Amino acid sequence: MAEPALRSATVSVLVENESGVLARVIGLFSGRGYNIDSLTVAPVERDGSKSRITVVTRGTPMVIEQIKAQLDRLVPVYKVLDLSEGPHLARELALIKVIGAGEKRAEALRLAEAFRARVIDATTESFTFELTGATDKLDAFLDLMRPLGLAEVARTGVAAIARGMKTIY
Amino acid sequence: MTETDGNGTMDGTIAAAEQMSSGSEALLRALKAQGVEVIFGYPGGAVLPIYDAIFQQNAIRHILVRHEQAAVHAAEGYARSTGKVGVVLVTSGPGATNAVTGLVDALMDSIPIVCLCGQVPTHLIGNDAFQEADTTGITRPATKHNYLVKRSEDLVRVVHEAFYVARAGRPGPVVIDLPKDILIAPAPYREPGEAEHRSYRPRTQPDPRRIKEAVALLKRARRPIIYAGGGVINAGPEASRLLTQFARMTGFPLTATLMGLGAFPASDPLFLGMLGMHGTYESNLAMHGCDVMLNIGARFDDRVTGRLNAFSPGSKKIHVDIDPANINKSVAVDVAIVGDAAAVLRALIAAWREDSTPPPREALAQWWERIGLWREKKALRYEQPAAPGSVIKPQYAIERLYQATQGRETYVTTEVGQHQMWAAQYFKFEQPNHWMTSGGLGTMGYGLPAAMGVQVAHPQALVVDIAGEASTLMNIQEMSTLAQYRLPVKVFILNNHYMGMVRQWQELLHGGRYSHSYSEALPDFVKLAESFHAVGLRARTVDELDGVIAEMLAVDKPVIADICVDETENVFPMIPSGAAHNEMLLGPGQDSPGRPGVTDEGMALV
Ligand SMILES: Cc1ncc(C[n+]2csc(CCOP(=O)(O)OP(=O)(O)O)c2C)c(N)n1
Ligand SMILES: [Mg+2]
Repeated sequence: MAEPALRSATVSVLVENESGVLARVIGLFSGRGYNIDSLTVAPVERDGSKSRITVVTRGTPMVIEQIKAQLDRLVPVYKVLDLSEGPHLARELALIKVIGAGEKRAEALRLAEAFRARVIDATTESFTFELTGATDKLDAFLDLMRPLGLAEVARTGVAAIARGMKTIY
Repeated sequence: MTETDGNGTMDGTIAAAEQMSSGSEALLRALKAQGVEVIFGYPGGAVLPIYDAIFQQNAIRHILVRHEQAAVHAAEGYARSTGKVGVVLVTSGPGATNAVTGLVDALMDSIPIVCLCGQVPTHLIGNDAFQEADTTGITRPATKHNYLVKRSEDLVRVVHEAFYVARAGRPGPVVIDLPKDILIAPAPYREPGEAEHRSYRPRTQPDPRRIKEAVALLKRARRPIIYAGGGVINAGPEASRLLTQFARMTGFPLTATLMGLGAFPASDPLFLGMLGMHGTYESNLAMHGCDVMLNIGARFDDRVTGRLNAFSPGSKKIHVDIDPANINKSVAVDVAIVGDAAAVLRALIAAWREDSTPPPREALAQWWERIGLWREKKALRYEQPAAPGSVIKPQYAIERLYQATQGRETYVTTEVGQHQMWAAQYFKFEQPNHWMTSGGLGTMGYGLPAAMGVQVAHPQALVVDIAGEASTLMNIQEMSTLAQYRLPVKVFILNNHYMGMVRQWQELLHGGRYSHSYSEALPDFVKLAESFHAVGLRARTVDELDGVIAEMLAVDKPVIADICVDETENVFPMIPSGAAHNEMLLGPGQDSPGRPGVTDEGMALV
């Protein structure tokens, strides 16, 4: 039997901001053998009572449905929203350190401008860029920086939200 | 919300500060408010303040077990036989880790438990203090939910919430980790409130559109089957009553999972018996050949489905479950109904009456004819030689036990192995909540402590643990608890000197190489019983059996009945792992329907 094709899903989870909640979500993924491509979490309510977790995951359509149902049955979860089911915005931020001199250094700066990466730190032999965008834009930029002296990367993982008036609430 | 941390939900009034009692006293008050009558526990340093508070009150009874695992199984037995939440109290570190098997058992079988664990004081957490364990970390995947109480003002709210979580939706075990300083410091009290939980609000009422779709399928079904599971039992006796009503008004055949036995009267002609790996011939073939399947409160467990791609290939499937995560998990279904089994059955009954489509009576009659032919095969038959001195067949021992218990309120628990399957096949259950077995986890050592919990809840009833000699030894220390509390549990051991279920797999799948499955150096169970202040009995041959059963039932004390049975008997029918329902192996002298499909893939399955 041919396995159904895998799909990528970006799922936002609104949770009670209590200790252990992130461990529950991560434990669910590892315990049931689901993939995590990226995961971000931060409080989103003014009083700090709720956090939003965004997970990018991969699986067959049946597995993705399972993941959502399993997340939803966790006690501190308020809401699970599969953003990839509709139009949505997904952004990631990366801090990228490139070390080099001469023509390579100049080329790195030119490409950074084309990608609208900001220089947030510089020495005579290095740049640190800040780049925000969709995951594939970040990947493309990193591929270009590799031969130009890419030394270190820090990425936040994806934060995502639905387009238009739709909210998670 | 009345709390500054924004965590209050179970709204209630916080008692005035001057009335504040210690955390332990507030805890007991909250348990009492939750209707707790009995706690199964074992003391230790971290929970001494709770034991002190228990000492000074009379409302809640404490049963001192001999091992924390047994405390959880006892609470499971109590919960399953009463429909209430079972409560456990254990100390930090080893107390909590010993409870883990019981917690996972309750998680797998959806049993509502609140387990209170002692913990080192908050300022020592993380310091590798004496008897410290990361209990919330260890039990996170072992529970439905768990809590670590770090502030006195959260204590009582957490207790009330834990009871709600344990019983709401799909029930399960909840751990509350209680640092010792929280138990000593004053804690505010509040009554349990009515307010909904902040985030956990499982759906119980079904979507009416799905009910309509289901009834439309069921009305047109030519070869229907109802497949009932433990969810019907968990939904309360009313759900079993409604299931019986629905089956009788439709005239559909009904099969039940191991966990669902008792949800429908076994004596009803509509009942086909248990299904699955050791289910009846007629149940499994009816599942395989049906055109519409109504699964209510079961989860398409692998013991039931056999090889997935051959599972009931031609049927439309309706799945009723309180837990949406159970739906479309392993088997894709056509109609998914999320809701409480009783609520769904009520809606199905109403919609069935409303829909005027006449069911295809002739097709249904033909279906019953086919089922009748399968039934005639009598795949559960076995030969019991009658001559005095003949060896006892385990199936016969259970049938005789069943007959001897007729007319008495009887609860049956089991250990895990062949005896468990024979109990499921040959003991007939007419009512829910009278059958407790470890289904999902298959925990040897479950039956004796579970029986203890049942007997605590039903002091006048007959409680029998149908056991294997190997399993019994896993929690045999509880005989001491039985003696202390005068709990007249009957441990009915089908002693085959083997881990019979292991031996059976070795015989059928591993070339008869009986690696480490012989129960070497067994104790003398009669003397063992006597040393635990119980009555020990033994039946060696078939002519001794009835006398031993009669004596066991007559004494008002705990009993171990050592029933020496045929060591080589196997459980049939059997669907080997990885085989399909129509590839059942039948007992000696019976033709199996398909090629017994033991594949390499199947060998890798459990
Ligand atoms: C705690 C635990 N360990 C191991 C097993 C695997 N296992 C399943 S059945 C069984 C043998 C049980 O033997 P016995 O209690 O004598 O029952 P019988 O099958 O002989 O009736 C074993 C070892 C288990 N289910 N639980
Ligand atoms: Mg045995």
